[in-house]
Amino acid sequence: MARSHKPVVWGLFAAGGTASAFLVPVLAITLGFAVPLGLLSPTDLSFDRVYSIVSHPLGRLVLFGYMTVCFWHAAHRTRTTAHDVGLHNDRVTMIVCYGAAGLSTVLAALFLLSL
Amino acid sequence: MSARQITLEVLRYRPESESEPVFQSYSVPCQKEWVVLDALNYVKDNLDRTLSFRWSCHMAVCGSCGMVINDNPMLSCKAFLRDLPDHIRVEPLQNFPIERDLMVSLDDFMDKLKSVKPYLIPKQPTADPDGTYKQSSAQLKKFKPFAMCINCMACYSVCPQYGLNDGFAGPAALALAHRYNADSRDQGRRAREDVVASNTGIWECTFVGACSEVCPKNVDPAAAIQQTKIASTVDYFKDLLMPSGRKIAHPEGDTT
Amino acid sequence: MNNAPYIRPMPASWWLRQGRYVRYMIREATCLFVGLHALVLLVGVYRLSQGREAFEAFLEALWSPAGQLISAAILIMAVIHSVTWFNLTPKAMPLWIGEKQAPGWIIVAAHYGGWFVVSVIVLLLAGGLS
Repeated sequence: MARSHKPVVWGLFAAGGTASAFLVPVLAITLGFAVPLGLLSPTDLSFDRVYSIVSHPLGRLVLFGYMTVCFWHAAHRTRTTAHDVGLHNDRVTMIVCYGAAGLSTVLAALFLLSL
Repeated sequence: MSARQITLEVLRYRPESESEPVFQSYSVPCQKEWVVLDALNYVKDNLDRTLSFRWSCHMAVCGSCGMVINDNPMLSCKAFLRDLPDHIRVEPLQNFPIERDLMVSLDDFMDKLKSVKPYLIPKQPTADPDGTYKQSSAQLKKFKPFAMCINCMACYSVCPQYGLNDGFAGPAALALAHRYNADSRDQGRRAREDVVASNTGIWECTFVGACSEVCPKNVDPAAAIQQTKIASTVDYFKDLLMPSGRKIAHPEGDTT
Repeated sequence: MNNAPYIRPMPASWWLRQGRYVRYMIREATCLFVGLHALVLLVGVYRLSQGREAFEAFLEALWSPAGQLISAAILIMAVIHSVTWFNLTPKAMPLWIGEKQAPGWIIVAAHYGGWFVVSVIVLLLAGGLS
């Protein structure tokens, strides 16, 4: 029996699971609710401020890494769950899920580089 | 002593006369200290001699009386009636072919247990003149919980991945592989990875965690499998960086 | 009859049969919202690259009732993800202190502590440490 190449996607899945467990709730609050609720002022999320943070080399790198592992976390878990609920054509599921994650990763790189 | 009247609803399958299993109810006068196995034995002795089920030790050691009791797999010798309602549904273990009544086929489980090389694979024979491999109590503690499995197959019964994937090695076999991997006297992790880290090994597990919840011996197969996933991932990337390391790491004792 | 063992079929709805499987499926479903969150970020970066007006339109959409509904769904599912993820860490990463295995709650508590600290830091950074 051959050893599996799953460690590649599983590694991304686990990294994404950990990063998102720490960060999604606070980011969802920061971006989605903090300004409407008055927790942050509108200037905190102004175009100039956000642009300077995101376009900083470190900002680009961190954001790219974070988005990438989130995409692959979602893709891998969606793949296994699709199998759980009866979609047993794993090849198709794999192409759709990992294809979407790969495309999103490429788009993230392109958008971040275009800043 | 007064008897408590219990309704046992047992899934019957008699392959010579039935094409699929059907439930049959028995009303059993039970003593309050009884376990479900006692009630089944009462049926066998007094009500219906044709009822078939496996048991041996009656003390949660042999692992042969595993069955599904009110939706949960357990040892029927450890399922006390005082913890159960008056209506008890008894079924054979899930995810296994039913041979007759409460008896399931063990063949697939036995094959999978053997496939993970569940024996010590030392790098070289011990230098100790009396032929033993010394181990400290601290080293023993690292794997002892994973050595407590009695092969009752309760974990397979609740594992949806075992039900969904015929090839999946399953919780107990992978926990047993981890038991040897974590043993200080053993060097066989890389040899086991051919099965354990294949597409029918640990990577089929989605960490449902039910195996560990139902284990009557607290073996925690879910923990064993997640730890093996991490170790195998590290090994995978090590091999990617240093492809030659893989062959050296293959000790003798790998006979398959 | 053929004396063959009987193999019980496993319906696609197997996970509805027990609470533990339903909870598992909810846990697995959180990944869709982690993905959705990353997509929101992706759109945000795209709009940012298009300039001031585009980014401000993005924020306006994000803070509209529909946008807040999406954020709320992401937040709720993300918290479920965080809790289930951290609660399982002792199984994947047992901690040995000398000869003893540390109790699992210590590892879980350390993760919750880290989660709290990270969240506060992100909020402070977002507010310009004000």
